[in-house]
Formats: sequence, C-alpha cells, structure tokens
Amino acid sequence: MTIELRSVSRWYGNVVAVNDVTMSIGPGVTGLLGPNGAGKSTIMHMIAGFLPPSRGELTVAGQPSWHRPAMYRQVGLVPERDSVYAFLTGEQFVTATARLHELGDPAATASRAISLLDMGAAADRKIATYSKGMRQRIKVAAALVHDPEILVLDEPFNGMDPRQRLHMMDLLDKLGSEGRTVLFSSHILEEVERLSGVIQVVVAGRLAASGDFRAIRRLMTSRPHVFTVRSSDDRLLGGALIGRPAVTAVELSRAGLQVRTSDYGAFGRDIAVLARQHGVRLREVLPADESLESVFAYLVAS
Amino acid sequence: MSGLVNPTVARITLRATLSRKRALLFAIPAAVLIVLTLVLKATHAPSRAWPSHVLGTFGFSVLLPLTALIIGTSVLGAEVDDGSIVHLLATPVRRFSVVATKFGVATGLTIVFAAVPELIAALIAGGGSASPLGGDKVGLVSISTSQFATGLFVGALACSVIYNAVFVMVSVATTRAIAVGLLYVLVWETLLANFVSGVRLLSVSHYGLGIAGGFVTDPALQAGLGVLTSVVMGIIVTAAALLLAVSLLSSFTLKGEPA
Repeated sequence: MTIELRSVSRWYGNVVAVNDVTMSIGPGVTGLLGPNGAGKSTIMHMIAGFLPPSRGELTVAGQPSWHRPAMYRQVGLVPERDSVYAFLTGEQFVTATARLHELGDPAATASRAISLLDMGAAADRKIATYSKGMRQRIKVAAALVHDPEILVLDEPFNGMDPRQRLHMMDLLDKLGSEGRTVLFSSHILEEVERLSGVIQVVVAGRLAASGDFRAIRRLMTSRPHVFTVRSSDDRLLGGALIGRPAVTAVELSRAGLQVRTSDYGAFGRDIAVLARQHGVRLREVLPADESLESVFAYLVAS
Repeated sequence: MSGLVNPTVARITLRATLSRKRALLFAIPAAVLIVLTLVLKATHAPSRAWPSHVLGTFGFSVLLPLTALIIGTSVLGAEVDDGSIVHLLATPVRRFSVVATKFGVATGLTIVFAAVPELIAALIAGGGSASPLGGDKVGLVSISTSQFATGLFVGALACSVIYNAVFVMVSVATTRAIAVGLLYVLVWETLLANFVSGVRLLSVSHYGLGIAGGFVTDPALQAGLGVLTSVVMGIIVTAAALLLAVSLLSSFTLKGEPA
C-alpha cells in the first residue's frame, strides 16, 4: 500500500504552493517535515483526498485520492483542525466513526481503538472537556477504528505534552513496523526524535531533502546552535558549561548566558546534569536564532 | 448497507443542531405567527382577508423561509464552516447519503418548527367567507376551517421541503450562507415575488401558495401559480438544489496553509 506523487504541483491563483513534487511513500513511518507555509499541508490535503492537484498524478493505494470516498476504507485520516463533535463523548465519537465505516461490532472495535490510544479513562467524558493532546489522541483512535492499511496524520504532535508525544511516537513506530504505511507531518524536527523511518523535507513548495530519519537528525543535532540561558547563578553555570566539549563559547550578559554549542543534543544533556551537580536552578533555556527556516535551510544546504 | 439516509449521520446531526445556541431561534418565527394570529383573531371581526395574508403571505414568504434558513444552513453548513465535516467525509459514506440525511433532518425540524405552527395558526384563524375579488361582499365563497387549514399545512410542508433543499445547498456553496439566504428571502421571496408576477415561477413561497390553492379556493391567498406548475417546479428546484449540494460536497476542499 503506497502513496505516490508524480510531478505534483498545486497552485492557488498565482501562488504556487507545491511545485513539482515527486515522492513515493511505502510501508513504515514517513515524516513530512518543513517550516510553516512550505506546502506541507497542501500535500497532506491532496493525499487525504481533500484537494485536487493542479498538475501531476497523485495516487493512494494505486488510485487517485480526489473524488474517491471508497479510499477511506483503506485510509485513516487525522485532520489537523481541532474541530470534532465536541458534544459527543470520546467513546460516542469513535463508535459513530466505526458505524460510518459500517464495521461489524462498532462498540467493540471502538473500545479497542480507544485503549490503543490510552484514552479509556476519559472515554466517557465529552470531547468538549478534553485538552488539545487528548483531542489529538481521540482523533487518532477514530482514524484507526477500521484498522486501515494507510494512516495519514496532519500535525499529530500539536498540543501534546512530551509524555503524550513519546507515546504517540511509539504507537506510530509500532503501526509502521506492522507493515502499515504511516505518514505524518510536522513543522518541528526535534519533536520527532524517537521515530525511525524516512523523512521528506519540504521547503518553499519543493521537496528539499529526503532520506533516513537518523541521518537527517544527526545533521540537525550536530549543527552549531546558540542558546540563551537564565538561571539562579549564571556565573557558576557558565563556568561549568565552558568545561564541556560540546560548548564552544559562553558569554555572560545582563540578559543571562549566551552559550554557543556545536552539538545540540549533547548540550541539552550536559546542561541538565551540570545544573543539578552545582545546585543551580534553571529558569530558561531558549534556543536563539532558531527560526525554523534557518534550521531547514541548514539541512537543505548540507 | 448505506441507503439513502444514514442513521448515524442523522443522529449526530440532530444532536448537533439542537445543542447549538442557534436552536433557540428556531421557535421564534413560529411564536410570532401564533401570537399575531391570536391578536388579530381577538381584535378583528371574522374576515377572510387577514388570515390569508398573515398565514399565506407572511407565513410562506417570511416564517417558513426564515425557519428553514436557520435550520437548513446549520445542519451541514456549521460543520463545513468549522471543518468538523472532515471526520464525516473521511469515511466511505456516500456523499449523496450525507446530503439526503442532512436535508431530511432539516426538513423534519422545519416541519415541527414552522409547518405545524402554520397548521395551528390556521386552525385558530378559522374559515369563513371569501370574495373572489379579495374585496368585500360580492359573490362570497365559503371556506371551512378544515379546508383552509389543510391547504395551508400541505403548502407549508411543500415549502419546508423546497426551502431546505435550497438552503442546504447554499450552506455547502458558501461560508456566508446566512447572509446570502437572508438576502434571498428578503429581496426575492418577500419583495420581488409578491410584486413582480414573472418572479413567481421561481419563488418557493409561490409554489407553497400554489399547492395550498389546490386544497382551498381562497382568492385572498393570491396563489399566482397553478397546482401542477407549483408541484413540478417544486420538484425540479428541490432535485436540482440537492444534486448541486452533493456535487459541491464531493468536491469539498481543505484550503491553504494554516499560519
């Protein structure tokens, strides 16, 4: 079960949102990454069957996705928009979805999907009372209720806390290793640290990079970074940080510490350990100059 | 398998429509009609003129379209506007069945909130004598209460069906369905259709009046169209609107990049 894009373009009037993208997404987990406005959503909408390509050919499981509701028997879709039937309970929502798919035992299939997403405890509550992360998860439960071969998730990590994010990544990995085709989009590369698989990077409507997740992540984390750090004792912390190999410069200013590092991942681990060792309380660790465009531009350049 | 009406869609639609605050508006036009009828009944001597004007003209070109507008645009339009329709459309349910179900629910609610109040108001207003010229005392025609009420009720049922087909379609076609619908009701149905005779052929309220005219010969109703014309045109408009709605819904798109 694959998703194929061949020279797909999409424009709105004079504005080209997606420019001549060709990619093939097979079984396993694939991340579609890129900054906001890069054309990710447009690609996701076209794959999901909610937007026709202006040019090119796009097929899901061998047939065009546009104007083909029968496709949803094989495809589960998690839309980005948060709007769900908020007046239903989580269980009613997933059960109704099972009924819309005309599944044999809607209640049983729904409760299986709900427990897969760890939503059993909140299933009896109205969706209106859910947090954003819980809404995401109940949407995924609904998308999985008919056991689809292909799962398409638009920005699934939005609004999730770190624990929920890890849980979701594990779930996606599991679904991918079962041989399903799992495609998700995200605009934050760091969000998807745990996933294995393939990523496709879209910048300015074009496919800018594609390849193995780990290789691209390594590129990501080993690029130079500047962080602004505020703590209960900046001088003490700065002194300790400069002793680490990952840190190349430390500047003490009134606004806090400016720390230059050559390794994003190592710095993150180091600062936590050092702060604890020296009894320094961290108030803020902010990546400076962290516009996503610069991150992706770096990726594209390498 | 998926028939014409999908019970799951119907259930969700009914709950969604009645749980919105807008649902409180449904009963307002009907309440106005019944109160108006009671007041007129109490203050006027038995006459044919006012019941036909209030229940015919006001009922069919204001009460019914406004109620149908509020209901017809909310059964599907609200979901289209907030994007929750994606959850429904990302299933293999036939688009025709989605539209048919939404239309069915809207028509049912409109009958409850507009056609039945018309019937009640007609029963309150009662029958009487009518003059063929709509003036007084020359060549009176006698109309029984049941005749009058049947005519208006059947006409109102027809209006509920046709108006909802139109408004369900409008709600898929544009996100400004209420504004467009209101303009249509005020300009086309209440103004033009009642003053420009040619417009009647394309006026839902006149189809209703024409159909009512098949049950009660009341010149004061000012049915400009014959029964047959009204029925045929009503069916054509309903079918065309629903088919257009299905086609628009099948091409529902998610647009652009959220910022």
